[in-house]
Amino acid sequence: MIEGFVALYIFMLAAFTGYEVISKVPVILHTPLMSGSNFVHGIVLVGTMVALGHAETTAQMWVGFIAVILAAGNAVGGYVVTERMLEMFKSSKGAK
Amino acid sequence: MGFIINVAYFAAAVLFIVGLKQMASPVTARRGIIWAGWGMVIATVVTFLHPEVRGFINYLLIILGIGIGGGLAWYTGKRVAMTDMPQMIALYNGMGGGAAAGIGIVALMGSYELSWTIQFIAVVGVIIGAVAFSGSLIAFAKLQGLITKSLRFDMQQKINLGVLGATVLLGIIISFSGAQVNGALLTVFLLLALAFGILMTLPIGGADMPVVISLYNALTGLAVGLKGLVLDNAALMIAGIVVGAAGTLLTQLMAKAMNRPISNVLFSHFGESSGGDQSEVTGTMKEIEASDAGVMMAFADKVIIVPGYGMAVAQAQHKIWELTQLLQERGVTVKFAIHPVAGRMPGHMNVLLAEAGVPYDIIYDLDEINSEFKTADVAIVIGANDVVNPVARSNPESPIYGMPILNADQAKNVIVIKRGKGAGFSGVENHLFFADNTRMLYGDGQKAASALISSIKEIG
Repeated sequence: MIEGFVALYIFMLAAFTGYEVISKVPVILHTPLMSGSNFVHGIVLVGTMVALGHAETTAQMWVGFIAVILAAGNAVGGYVVTERMLEMFKSSKGAK
Repeated sequence: MGFIINVAYFAAAVLFIVGLKQMASPVTARRGIIWAGWGMVIATVVTFLHPEVRGFINYLLIILGIGIGGGLAWYTGKRVAMTDMPQMIALYNGMGGGAAAGIGIVALMGSYELSWTIQFIAVVGVIIGAVAFSGSLIAFAKLQGLITKSLRFDMQQKINLGVLGATVLLGIIISFSGAQVNGALLTVFLLLALAFGILMTLPIGGADMPVVISLYNALTGLAVGLKGLVLDNAALMIAGIVVGAAGTLLTQLMAKAMNRPISNVLFSHFGESSGGDQSEVTGTMKEIEASDAGVMMAFADKVIIVPGYGMAVAQAQHKIWELTQLLQERGVTVKFAIHPVAGRMPGHMNVLLAEAGVPYDIIYDLDEINSEFKTADVAIVIGANDVVNPVARSNPESPIYGMPILNADQAKNVIVIKRGKGAGFSGVENHLFFADNTRMLYGDGQKAASALISSIKEIG
């Protein structure tokens, strides 16, 4: 169990990390980066798997099942479109 | 088993953060998304071993759900046109929000005891996730052209506030109702949260949608982070909160690039056309033939191209790149000037140009290029209008006054490629089109670019 204050520390450090990582991004990457961060919260898939995994009633299973479908869509869709966009960025010097 | 899972989640969290960091530079961006992708694969695979995942039917449903959701997203993601990218991001983001809300609902439906703090966090996560879900769907529908009107009515803000208030109140009741949460109450609560997302997004105009999508992206991240707390899962907490913070910053950057404070986007209604000013325009529009324009460019030292969304709609970016290469062979310096709102989202135009093969190091944003127009022989404006309208600098009466613009009018010659003579998106007459150094090249973007290419080729 992650204790209350440990959770708070994790939240704070993660928030600073997220802020720091993005702070110097050029405008040209705003769209792919938004898409990329959209992919990263696709990690919700793991959460939905656990939720569905210990579902007991039929109703819980239905909600969990829908949640897994949505989360998988988030993760896979987010990856595919981000990768497609970033794949196209090339420098005129030929370096990738 | 628990050790392996923890190691895997830790690795995933590191890969996400390093991946995001690499995505912040065009040189390493591609590697970044691939690393983050591996993080996701590791975390997902190892979750099948999670001690709380049990029961044959549960496993079956998980695999089926991943197959359905992942398959559909793979198919649509591979096929979507680059011009439609913003709404697809909104759609996938909404799905994540919905999933986060789903986790909360499942937890609240459970028969086992949760502490009221966890129950409360689950409730907050459901509200945020559900708002991000329904709001993103509306954003998708608007950008896709399924909803064309912005719904506005009297007392709108008060009604929205009322719906939000009712949602929060029900949420508080649920937080304190112990292990046995009333199913009907939970349903009403979820529906209210969804309704709030819809009501909040409906009045926002299409032009402001990018900021809204970015905001919902940050909200989904936050909801996911909170679900991590409910499920006692550090991978969810870290990834969710990192995205929540990064998304918040990105939203601010976008709003700043578009010169639109976030509070304005959410609570005032610009975004659509706003009247248009009636100021006098002096001078006339002067037409030019493609052959003359071609000569002008071929013998220039420096050409700056200002593309707008109109260029992408006409699918002219490939022709423009061909034109650029032709000019570069003749020793002409060619640069692209991108206004933050040139696409449908800051950075969107860069993606569209990248698709055509334009290298990113000849593409400049507003701050970098604006001082260079003075030294340019020719500025070509294609499919852009309001972003080069000098009244934004000069006329305080104008609805677009104060918006940062590209100073294309300062170039020695300006060629505007335009379909017809109409006013721009905001309904404001563009004084640039009437300026002495401006020539109009009428026609479809792609055809006009082709005509320019052949005229330059004729010069040899």
